[in-house]
Amino acid sequence: MENSQKPEEILLDINNLTFSFHTYGGVVKAVRGVSFQVKKGEIVGIVGESGCGKSVTAQCILKLNPEPPGFFEDGSIRYKGEEIVTKSDREMRKIRGMEIGFIFQDPMTSLNPTMRVGKQIEEVFVGRPEVSKAEAKRRAIEMLKLVGISDAERRYSQYPHELSGGMKQRVMIARALVGKPGIIIADEPTTSLDVTIEAQILDLLKQLQKELGTSIIFITHDLGVIAKLCDRVLVMYGGKVMERGSVRDIFYRTGHPYTHGLMHSVPRLDISKDTELEPIEGTPPDLFAPPAGCPFAARCEYAMKVCYEAQPPEFPLEEGHASACWLKHPDAPPVEWADGGKGGEA
Amino acid sequence: MEQTKQTAFEIPEVPPGGFEHVGKNLKGMDAITRPNLSYWQDAWRRIRKNRVAFFSLMLVTLYALLAIFAPIFSSYGYADVDSQHMSELFSASHWLGTDSLGRDLWVRVWRGGRVSLSIGFLSALLNAILGALVGGLCGYYGGKLDAIVMRIIDVLYGIPNLIVTILVMVVLGPGIFSLVIALIVVGWIGTARFVRGEVLRLREQDFVAAAKMLGVSDFVIIVKHIIPNIIGLIITNLTMAVPNAIFREAFLSYIGLGIAPPECSWGILAKEGVPLLRIYPHQLFVPAFFICTTMLALNLLGDGLRDALDPKLRGTE
Amino acid sequence: MGKYILKRVAVSVLTLFVLITVVFALVRLMPGDPFSGEKMTPEIRANLEAYYGLDKPLLEQYITYVKNLLRGDFGYSMKYLNRTVNDIIASSFPYSIDLGMRALALSISMGLVFGILSARYRGKKLDFICIVIAILGTSIPDFIMGALLQYFFGIQWGLFPVAQYQGIQYTILPSIALGFYTLAMVSRLMRASMLEVVTQDYIKTAKSDGISNVRIVWKHQIRNAIMPVVTVLGPVVATTLTGTFVIESIFAIPGMGKFYVESVQKLDYSLVLGMTVFYGGFLILANLIVDILYGVIDPRIRLAGK
Repeated sequence: MENSQKPEEILLDINNLTFSFHTYGGVVKAVRGVSFQVKKGEIVGIVGESGCGKSVTAQCILKLNPEPPGFFEDGSIRYKGEEIVTKSDREMRKIRGMEIGFIFQDPMTSLNPTMRVGKQIEEVFVGRPEVSKAEAKRRAIEMLKLVGISDAERRYSQYPHELSGGMKQRVMIARALVGKPGIIIADEPTTSLDVTIEAQILDLLKQLQKELGTSIIFITHDLGVIAKLCDRVLVMYGGKVMERGSVRDIFYRTGHPYTHGLMHSVPRLDISKDTELEPIEGTPPDLFAPPAGCPFAARCEYAMKVCYEAQPPEFPLEEGHASACWLKHPDAPPVEWADGGKGGEA
Repeated sequence: MEQTKQTAFEIPEVPPGGFEHVGKNLKGMDAITRPNLSYWQDAWRRIRKNRVAFFSLMLVTLYALLAIFAPIFSSYGYADVDSQHMSELFSASHWLGTDSLGRDLWVRVWRGGRVSLSIGFLSALLNAILGALVGGLCGYYGGKLDAIVMRIIDVLYGIPNLIVTILVMVVLGPGIFSLVIALIVVGWIGTARFVRGEVLRLREQDFVAAAKMLGVSDFVIIVKHIIPNIIGLIITNLTMAVPNAIFREAFLSYIGLGIAPPECSWGILAKEGVPLLRIYPHQLFVPAFFICTTMLALNLLGDGLRDALDPKLRGTE
Repeated sequence: MGKYILKRVAVSVLTLFVLITVVFALVRLMPGDPFSGEKMTPEIRANLEAYYGLDKPLLEQYITYVKNLLRGDFGYSMKYLNRTVNDIIASSFPYSIDLGMRALALSISMGLVFGILSARYRGKKLDFICIVIAILGTSIPDFIMGALLQYFFGIQWGLFPVAQYQGIQYTILPSIALGFYTLAMVSRLMRASMLEVVTQDYIKTAKSDGISNVRIVWKHQIRNAIMPVVTVLGPVVATTLTGTFVIESIFAIPGMGKFYVESVQKLDYSLVLGMTVFYGGFLILANLIVDILYGVIDPRIRLAGK
């Protein structure tokens, strides 16, 4: 990161990531062959329902999933060209916090209640002799100011229960950023916050991303947040990537019935109030025994025979836009979405 | 773009008829696959699966049966002195040997077990009932009643309960009845505290609010919503309280305040065995064995019940 | 914090007062008569009753007693001639407190260590051993434990003396016998608490910061897991200290327990009363200290009443 190169520099390259858990009932395949890249300075959104594998994917990048019962079945995760999957816990420690930061979903429970918040931010530097104690404190306070916490010196020595929810999430962000990592992974960082606080935190993240040039992987189930924040989007379902593309691709040139379903199951301002919401019927597949074909087939009104039999590859649509849907096969019958977006055209 | 960088995309072959429209298949998605078990059936199933807890339950049952029947079917009486056979070791006529007065230990152990187990179960049961009543009423109705009772409980909780038990025993004199009273005087407080806490928590839950909104009476809410949610905890607590009461009985009898001879209990047997430890260790080891295995089994059973009766763990393996 | 301490102190003082009153009432309700004896005549009895103030109305006796207590005067024993209760307590309490403190230090420290090891090596052999020790500890009453230790370590193998209390080797068996139950309790509680804490989000946060496992265990896991253990320390201290009564009689240690049991059996009103009040007061004080300690180590309480 120090020797800043051309803007196209790829920081993180994930290829065919497959991660499963041993459980009493057998092996749960949580992530099944996910690939994507994160370039320097971009914000990548991962969107999907709960249980779609988005959080597990994110935690794989820092190897935070407990192993065992979790284990890597296949694939690679390369950060700046270095393989992460095979790294030991000791080696991972150098990457965690300093190279890749992580913001968790619930700030209420993600801070240690018996430790002062300043100390918790500083902990990133513990065991790193190149940063002195005084320097660590200076940087912690600087970071608290940067994330918009007033009276940072006083807040530094407070305990988590003395801060509000939004304030705690700011502390969590400061904590993720203090080691000046190249990438921050934010796992539903605003889900547990009030809507007004959510907007503040999103603005803060966007502003920090601009100031510091950090890449962000933003995980959410909320398409509205994706539209507001992200450059590129992955739509995940049943442990697989359903569709990928720019925010414009996903919203205006929707290439997958699942993405379509997601968008039409939430209320929007730009559609008439007479239009009824269309919930996606059914429940996500059981990953103990994932279906042979497309994981979404059983809930998809356009499902064809092949959808139940074979997993669709990612059919390229436009530049950087791809959809794992058999409808995108050149021989597939054309299908039109309800809102006029066209399916079936390759 | 990430794709194009890799090998050029190959359009896969689709077998003929593959593009035939099928549509959704929601069948079986929300189907109920588990057999429908009631709370108690489910708890029983889980206790049986937990080998340690199940074995403990069997052991306690066996002891209880022996305590009831062994003295009846033995040719010796628990207080029959026999100067010909003093302090004998195990033999065919005296299965567990005899004590220093020649009394048969097998009969004495089960006679004592009858006393110890009844005190244990009776006082634990009464404690649970009294504590659940007081704690439940305070927790559910709150307000002034709760404030006053809790202040009293705060103060009583601070008094070392062994001391109170001892004094009550001195006032009432030795005996099974006074032991049960003495154990209740201090024992209900712990149950009341935790039942109150649980009821307080449950009262705020949405399912209780929903029931109230529908105009369900307090009585029905307590019977249908509150009790099913805490009964498991109360039973677990009760199971754990039994060994405590047995221990207390043994302790009080040991210092000469619990049961008065010639009536015997496990505490009395241990007390009689201790001075003879050097010469006839079996006279202590025999009652010690039964006290310890009973306490062990009840503790393990309590652990198992805690898991089996937890409504939140229902349906899990 | 000041408010918190003040509240605890107020409750403790009230508790002590209730204790004195209840014990006073119960002692007067005791059946029997301290002065029964062969040479007892009505005159001597009247003299004795006047001497101990037993001829006055109960309320007056009570007020006098509380007044004397406030001056630290527990009165005279009715059975040990010419010995004050203060005197008996002063000579016997040091043994009891010494034994109690040793047992507590042993059981709490070892209990924490066992609990931590057990949780760290969950499902491994070490965990199994710790669990077995904990289960045995909660299933063996202390007087049986004492007798067993005496039998094996003292009588059979001759490793330690089995009676009296005259040096370090005398203290080992009674301390173990007394502390074993507490050790087991603390170890079980600590294990459960450690396993609870390890699933908390902040442990994962710490891990995501690249903090070493050793530091996570020490600074995050143990620090938080110890809280619930501290909350039960009050009752634990009380249980252990009252347990000295039996252990003292088994190991023939001239502590308070011996005098207490004797005084109960001989209906020595003033000694029972004095020792109960003293002992109860001591335990209430221990409880108060534990409560304040808890407030000091838990920032959520420490700052609440600021």
